[in-house]
Amino acid sequence: MSTPAVPSETLPRLLLANAATRGDRPALREKSRGIWKTLTWSELAGEAKAIAAALAGSGFSAGEHVAVLGDNRPRQVAAMAAVHMLGGVVVPLYADASSDELVGPLLASGATHVFAEDQEQVDKLLEILPKCGALRAIVFDQDRGMRHYRQTQLKSYAALLEAGRKAPATGAGDLDARLGRVTPSDPATLLFHACADGAQRGVVLSHGALIDRARAAAKVDGLGESDLSLSYLPQAWALQHLLGYALPLATGACIACPESSETMLADLREIGPTHFYAPPRVLRAIANDVSIRMADAGRFKRGLYERATAGGDGQLVGALGGGGLLDVMLLGPLRDVLGLGRLRVAYTGGIDVPADVVRMFRALGVNLKRLYGTPETGGLIAMQADGAVSVDTVGTATPGVELHVDENGELLVRSAGAFLGYHGDPEASARVRGADGWIRTGHLGQVGPDGQLRVVDRLRDLAPLADGSRFAPAHVERLLKDSPHVKEAVAIAVDRDTVCALISVDPVATGDWAERRAISYTGYADLASRPEVHDLVAEAVSRVNARLASDPATAASQVRRFVVLQRELGVDDGALTRTGELRRDTIRERYRPLLDALLGGRAEAKLDLEVVHDDGRVETVTTALSIRDARTAGAANRKAA
Amino acid sequence: MTVQIHDHPRAFPIGKAVIEMKDISLSFGGVKALTKISFDVREHEIRAVIGPNGAGKSSMLNVINGVYRPQEGTYVFRGEQIVGMTPRRAATLGISRTFQNIALFKGMSVLDNIMAGRALKMPANFLEVAFQLPRARKQETEHREIVEEIIEFLEIEHIRKTPVGRLPYGLQKRVELGRALAAEPSVLLLDEPMAGMNVEEKQDMCRFVLDVNDHYGTTMVLIEHDMGVVMDISDRVVVLDYGKKIGDGTPDEVRNNQDVIDAYLGVAH
Repeated sequence: MSTPAVPSETLPRLLLANAATRGDRPALREKSRGIWKTLTWSELAGEAKAIAAALAGSGFSAGEHVAVLGDNRPRQVAAMAAVHMLGGVVVPLYADASSDELVGPLLASGATHVFAEDQEQVDKLLEILPKCGALRAIVFDQDRGMRHYRQTQLKSYAALLEAGRKAPATGAGDLDARLGRVTPSDPATLLFHACADGAQRGVVLSHGALIDRARAAAKVDGLGESDLSLSYLPQAWALQHLLGYALPLATGACIACPESSETMLADLREIGPTHFYAPPRVLRAIANDVSIRMADAGRFKRGLYERATAGGDGQLVGALGGGGLLDVMLLGPLRDVLGLGRLRVAYTGGIDVPADVVRMFRALGVNLKRLYGTPETGGLIAMQADGAVSVDTVGTATPGVELHVDENGELLVRSAGAFLGYHGDPEASARVRGADGWIRTGHLGQVGPDGQLRVVDRLRDLAPLADGSRFAPAHVERLLKDSPHVKEAVAIAVDRDTVCALISVDPVATGDWAERRAISYTGYADLASRPEVHDLVAEAVSRVNARLASDPATAASQVRRFVVLQRELGVDDGALTRTGELRRDTIRERYRPLLDALLGGRAEAKLDLEVVHDDGRVETVTTALSIRDARTAGAANRKAA
Repeated sequence: MTVQIHDHPRAFPIGKAVIEMKDISLSFGGVKALTKISFDVREHEIRAVIGPNGAGKSSMLNVINGVYRPQEGTYVFRGEQIVGMTPRRAATLGISRTFQNIALFKGMSVLDNIMAGRALKMPANFLEVAFQLPRARKQETEHREIVEEIIEFLEIEHIRKTPVGRLPYGLQKRVELGRALAAEPSVLLLDEPMAGMNVEEKQDMCRFVLDVNDHYGTTMVLIEHDMGVVMDISDRVVVLDYGKKIGDGTPDEVRNNQDVIDAYLGVAH
């Protein structure tokens, strides 16, 4: 099989096709001032055309980059579509990034325009404007507080829209011509993400690649125009851009935008989506919330719930769609309260999805499935099919994807969804993409005889252990995070014999656990330093060790020693990427004294950490952390028995 | 982080006096709460009343909205002399207020609390509302729109349906501001809106006070304990001490007034 066929459409042509064939159907819903408002496909196309006309009128040329900065809103979608109509490239940025963090992507992409949501985002941009020479215009959506800004670069979205609508009819022909010149192999979107080597690079995806991947996603579960989803993740996330922007264009499905990030769960219930993507962290938060509320429920309900969620992998498939008394009395209403009542399918991604989260949602009757992809491969490689869901694999290759595992165990992928390259970095692109179109994922993968793909870890994170086996930190961390009390875990091989873990406990689940045992605490740091909590974590670690010991390949990866951190690992302190992945280098650097203590066998470590207060003050706080030895299980003999 | 000050042309330029107080004296039995206080509040300005504990700040506010009747002095509102002001009359004249100790309906949702602020503007009677007759339904929809605008303005969408009693203090203060705004006041009296707040909550509140003034052009009379906050956001400040006025002017003038420094700030630093 040679290089896969690329679709012949472009994203703006799909938008116009939707406006022509299903013009009155909803494209977007937005909750504004307490009421859900609908934008139809023809309205969306009209708005995008008007914005495109206005941009064209101000001298926008094809190939220019336009950043979008803000929460997901209908206007953001219209702006992205307008840019695509003119052959421009969309650069979604993280709305919660600081102004310093925005400089890199803006400079690297050479963005000429930014669509910013509100005053807050505009302020960040104005601060760094002198550094970003290419930036010509900042278009803001919400007028509030903007009346006093005099900068000539600023334009309001409403004014731009009006200008576009008033543009002379001759402009329409011009727009059609420009739209016609956009080809499927043209770059559509530039997504910045932290690559395997830690550097931030812009992944360029073409119109054809996004459409190909969106169609593949839609095909597996038959998503179409009657489907509805909630768009709440950052647009800079490849999967969100795929499922929240390209997929609706390709299928005519409707997207709902929550009122604000704080109202997401309430909006979820009101809108009742039919398909839903959630990263493991969101699912874990919902699962913990359900468990805590169930613990307060009456004995009868609690008994039913425990019966429903107990049990092993057998229920992964069995409990779904079973109906029955349990479903009518408990699970149905519970799904409804969570906003998952109309759900046909839910997805979760990443290589570190905790098994018990998948189990719990499946037991509740939610068709939760794992999927897998990287930005370089268009966001989607593999997906689980109905009836073939397992907690260990990420499913089979989606339509149009070829998988290959090379002699090092690295997973290679070939599909029409492949990226065009890293923006302005041909060397790095060449390292990832071979001449024959195969993309290196940088992940250790295994493809089973049934085509099921199992992704173990990032190759560069693997470490050889003394007994010759390979230590895969993500695998150990995934098992650790099976405990509802463990929010984040970092497994580190401090030398060739000793695997240690840094653990941060979940404040909600562990806090509730402590309250029910009358263990009082003042705050997170206090909770995390309680010996009872350390005992709780020790139990979880020894359970993980028992499982690791049951497989000779992982027996040496058992966690020997662990520390419960007194601060959560977060995005703001640089420990996590914005997509929730661990930044191992940063963590190793920051917790160096702790790692030395773990290696040296000491029972306590002093750690200096910088604390940034809300008002910007920085303070160095020294904390003493106690180190525990974990109970390990005997290796192969366990398996023999 | 600093609070944004009026360094730009105002959408609502400061106009003529709305409230003029002349020689107001108020006493409770033998205790003199206010002695011959005179000051004015101009249209669209943010006017602060400051002073140490027991200076008579809250008494002054209570005189403006008719809770207390002064024994002496004249009270002129928009050129008309007011004799026997009552809270209800103040409300009909467009004077709205918040309270130092939050006075919300704790068991009711944020939405219902702010809706309650529109009570004066709802014509339907009890029975119409109870039976959801057309006029009651129509008024509910209309007023809900205005209330939703306020909810958006104050960024409290996420707690719209939460009972007020479950909210943290800073948010309750914001809800109270929302209820006062629901009456679409032309003059808003704020009784220590930042009392008991942490730095971040104070900054938020300052921003909302400035935004309300900027967006709706509401005239504000602000009582505050926190000198820093007052100096940052108000146009003019009146200083009371033991029921007497000891200073009046722009924040800079007040800051440099020796009487104020002695009485209020103690030894200058």
